[in-house]
Amino acid sequence: MLKKWSAAVLAGALAVGALAGCGGGDDAGSGDSGGGGGKITMGFSQVGAESGWRTANTKSIQESAATAGIDLKFSDAQGKQENQIKAIRSFIAQRVDVIAFSPVVESGWDTVLKEAKDANIPVILTDRSVDSQDKTLYKSFIGSDFVLEGKKAGEWLVKEYEGKPEPVNIVELQGSPGAAPANDRKAGFAEVIKADPKFKVIASQTGQFTRTDGKEVMEAFLKAHQDIDVLYAHNDDMGLGAIEAIEAAGKKPGTDIKIITVDAVKDGMTALAAGKINYIVECSPLLGPQLMDLAKKVKAGETVEQRVVTEETTFTQEQAKAALPDRKY
Amino acid sequence: MTAIVKHRLFWPAVVLVLLLVSNVFFAPRFFTITLQDGHLYGSLIDVLRSATPLALVALGMTMVIATGGIDLSVGSVMAISGAVACLFIGDLSNQGSVGGVLLAVGLALVLALVAGLWNGVLVSVIGIQPIIATLILMVAGRGIAQLLTGGQIINVSSPPFRVIGAGYALAIPVSVIIVAVVVAAAVLLIRRSALGVLVEAVGASPTASRLAGIRARGLTIGAYVFAAVCAGIAGLIFSSNVASADSNAAGNLIELDAILAVVIGGTALTGGRFSIAGSVLGAVLISALDITTYTIGVPAETTLLFKAVVVVILCLSQSAAFRAAVFRRRRTPAVTPAAEVPA
Repeated sequence: MLKKWSAAVLAGALAVGALAGCGGGDDAGSGDSGGGGGKITMGFSQVGAESGWRTANTKSIQESAATAGIDLKFSDAQGKQENQIKAIRSFIAQRVDVIAFSPVVESGWDTVLKEAKDANIPVILTDRSVDSQDKTLYKSFIGSDFVLEGKKAGEWLVKEYEGKPEPVNIVELQGSPGAAPANDRKAGFAEVIKADPKFKVIASQTGQFTRTDGKEVMEAFLKAHQDIDVLYAHNDDMGLGAIEAIEAAGKKPGTDIKIITVDAVKDGMTALAAGKINYIVECSPLLGPQLMDLAKKVKAGETVEQRVVTEETTFTQEQAKAALPDRKY
Repeated sequence: MTAIVKHRLFWPAVVLVLLLVSNVFFAPRFFTITLQDGHLYGSLIDVLRSATPLALVALGMTMVIATGGIDLSVGSVMAISGAVACLFIGDLSNQGSVGGVLLAVGLALVLALVAGLWNGVLVSVIGIQPIIATLILMVAGRGIAQLLTGGQIINVSSPPFRVIGAGYALAIPVSVIIVAVVVAAAVLLIRRSALGVLVEAVGASPTASRLAGIRARGLTIGAYVFAAVCAGIAGLIFSSNVASADSNAAGNLIELDAILAVVIGGTALTGGRFSIAGSVLGAVLISALDITTYTIGVPAETTLLFKAVVVVILCLSQSAAFRAAVFRRRRTPAVTPAAEVPA
């Protein structure tokens, strides 16, 4: 019985594989014409579609490629490194002009990046970096500076409490342990507020970047500490969960407890405009236009910066009200 | 006294009490329960509330494990149920309508039931190993949930839906009431009828029970359907709690916590004997462990290690052989009566 089934499953898998192969073949066919002409061809491998942020990122890249007249070959890695390596190898085989990708993980890229280098195809990393020692393997890395984001959050706090000598008790909701955004946002924030001893982080726990954990951890914070003045959350979602915990405790988010978050997705901006959050540091997924500029420069043989920071801003409650109607993600 | 100490839930209960008491040193008001805006408010309430999804999943898992199986797909079923309910409510012209929310809840539970049927048929009719059969839905189910939501977090602003996971009735959290009702109904149905004995028979020996005239196939399918419906309710509580469906995070890895809760409760993974009360106690213990790490301020990097240490201590305390070894060293030998064979 079991044997028959595994045979059936295997046959199914083969059929799917064959279909996928057909798709790949089609792509390669159309890719031939792109490389030769004046039009730039870009192969882009995305991490996946795991969040609203990521979807907006994909959309920005696709739209700005169309506007810039760049022929985009888009591939979704569905969160798997092996898919991404396959995609990059197929881009090399198709001889695209530029390869760009958002690495699923930091390590294990040396071999495939070397292949791209040997084929003389420049590589641009977006959003996330790789840990390769050889920096010549890629031309540039464009993405947010998470340390800077943490610093911006800290700077607002310092300004907000300027001239008030009373101690400020801060609780922090960290992202997933070990993730670069969590480590860096924590470090940047700590660096700025350590200048004044009145700022004290009295509790700091991981909220896993999710609403549920943000709520649960904030509930525990509220019971363990009676005197919380400020909440700093590493992303909007944890902040939104914490708002619910604060409201259930009979306090007013944004007034009794001041809230700073990072990201500026639409839900976060709505809460900011409603006065439940006090300040949001943007972590923008809309790096498409900057990426296309970089690609053109690289193709033209110009030297580009090894590190390009995404153009990002910050939002106060007033700015959020103005920006909210056009917020795409 | 010895009867209490010998009870298989004695040691988990001791660990739970120790965990809760240890919080007082870090948060003096830990055991204080007050009325806040007309509902109970306090850390103990948080422990119960955050235990609710896990308690339901563990309850369903208990029945599946009792039949000698295992269900890895419960987390994905949670994600599907939350996603379907939130999508349906989001499309309502009036999100505040109670009828619409009930329809959404019904739809989510029917889908969970179908998921359970799928698992049950794969295991008992087609004969695939339970761990593989439910692995299919574990992977595919989350994919379905992500497909439904387009990978986005779906927000709803529906007061009736909020009641399920974040509301209060008679000052008690509604989610706790739901779990209490489901557990009570399960105990009545399973323990006050022959059903429990039949399930234990199937788990202990499917062949012998079939020869004895028990319809093992139907009972097994029933256990998987029950587990999936429990997971479906858990998914509704989970998404209602934060008024949104996050198909990536909902129920992620909850199957492992549920298996741990079931094992803490004294149910054997080999099938046969099971304890519903034990699994619920296990779920509350895991939730208390989470809240404790937040309250006493275990650094985020060492949270997992802290939990692991507590679980190891717990498992050792439950082991009769380990206790005997420790006690023998402390006391003089031969005084202790011959160890009774654990029932």
